[in-house]
Amino acid sequence: MIALLIRDLRLAVRAGGGFGLGLSFFLIVTVLVPFGVGPETGLLAKIAPGILWIGALLSCLLSLDRIFALDFEDGSLDLLATAPVPLEGAVLVKAIAHWLTSALPLVVAAPLLGILLSLPAEGFLWVFVSLLLGTPALSVIGTFGAALTVGIKRGGLLLSLLVLPLYVPTLIFGAEVARRGAEGLAVETPLMLLAGISLGALAFLPFAAAAVLRMNLR
Amino acid sequence: MSIWEYANPVKFLRLTDKLLPPLAILSIVTLIIGLVWGFFFTPDDFRQGSTVKIIYLHVPAALMAINAWLMMLVASLVWIVRRHHVSALAARAAGPVGAVMTIIALATGAIWGQPMWGTWWAWDPRLTSFLILFLFYLGYIALWEAIEDSDTAADLTSILCLVGSVFAVLSRYAVNFWNQGLHQGASVMRAGAIAGDTEERVSNVFAIPLFVSMAGFFLLFLTLVLLRTRTEIRSRRIKALLAKERAA
Repeated sequence: MIALLIRDLRLAVRAGGGFGLGLSFFLIVTVLVPFGVGPETGLLAKIAPGILWIGALLSCLLSLDRIFALDFEDGSLDLLATAPVPLEGAVLVKAIAHWLTSALPLVVAAPLLGILLSLPAEGFLWVFVSLLLGTPALSVIGTFGAALTVGIKRGGLLLSLLVLPLYVPTLIFGAEVARRGAEGLAVETPLMLLAGISLGALAFLPFAAAAVLRMNLR
Repeated sequence: MSIWEYANPVKFLRLTDKLLPPLAILSIVTLIIGLVWGFFFTPDDFRQGSTVKIIYLHVPAALMAINAWLMMLVASLVWIVRRHHVSALAARAAGPVGAVMTIIALATGAIWGQPMWGTWWAWDPRLTSFLILFLFYLGYIALWEAIEDSDTAADLTSILCLVGSVFAVLSRYAVNFWNQGLHQGASVMRAGAIAGDTEERVSNVFAIPLFVSMAGFFLLFLTLVLLRTRTEIRSRRIKALLAKERAA
């Protein structure tokens, strides 16, 4: 499983792996927002946590179809399915690899981009923490969506349509943590709910995703 | 004699063939009674005037929008556990009907909301969760359409239905939470409107025609789903025949 993880990471980092794509998309979104809504500091500070969360979510969405598509095309997914490693584990590794390559850079970059959006000083920590806790859920849910649409050519739109409503609770709680943190309010409740969604998704969705993959490979 | 007998498509078709005409007539009659009674023979509300009468479309449609998803969930479970094709096809048949019910609920709500709240749309918990439900329906229908092999499609959509149900419930409560956090005013206004409907109990003058239209919508849903399931079974047969011809 570790070998699989290293292989996936290496493939993602190499040229054409789309490693920088999500990060640069995130950068573009956050840089463009002030041009769209105006440079007023108060307004930007108010919407900064939400913008950072939406940007991170969309950037995650961008790289989802890569999770299984390439492996499906060259047949290595069939090998994975027949490998002695349980497919559930392989799916989880795929999700972790997606998180490490696509989501973790966003989590690190978000506080830096917060400066551009004049995020209040208290907000930096909570934007970071909420993204750190919430993005695993995004990756795992996305892996499930990618597993559902793996056999479909040009399934990108369908993938977004399927994943979008599944992302709603994570986005709500994540953005709520970031917003409350930025305004200096208590964050415990949404933080716990966010962590709950992430852990629940990590625990159950690999099974659903593996089941769906088996159906698709049949 | 058990219900599983009707997992056999031939028996299902034979039964529904006899069942459908009376069911269709019954649903039309109930709908006409409920709606005509509701629209023309109930007094105007003293604050909302005649706009209150949209309730006879709005509430039953919303009710069926949620129950259609529940029916899809049960049918998907039956498909996963017992592999009855009729069940998977019934779930497929219910999808678009449920989606239309959701649209009716959202549209009538908007039409009522414009004069009453002064806005077509508010990010109120109920409205938002219905929008999310609509997205779930769209995804479900799109996945059915996108996959060519029908057994794989049935498998994938039923798993999507299971996972989607969990997340739909999660969204419902998440949205409640989010809204209390952000738009207190809207939720109070909405809570007041709901209180008028259920907490203080609508007077029987309004409630009885409402129940009749609810029954009408339920019968309509049943009729449409049975009809569409029959269509699905027949189109599956045609496909099988064509495949056989090509092979021969």
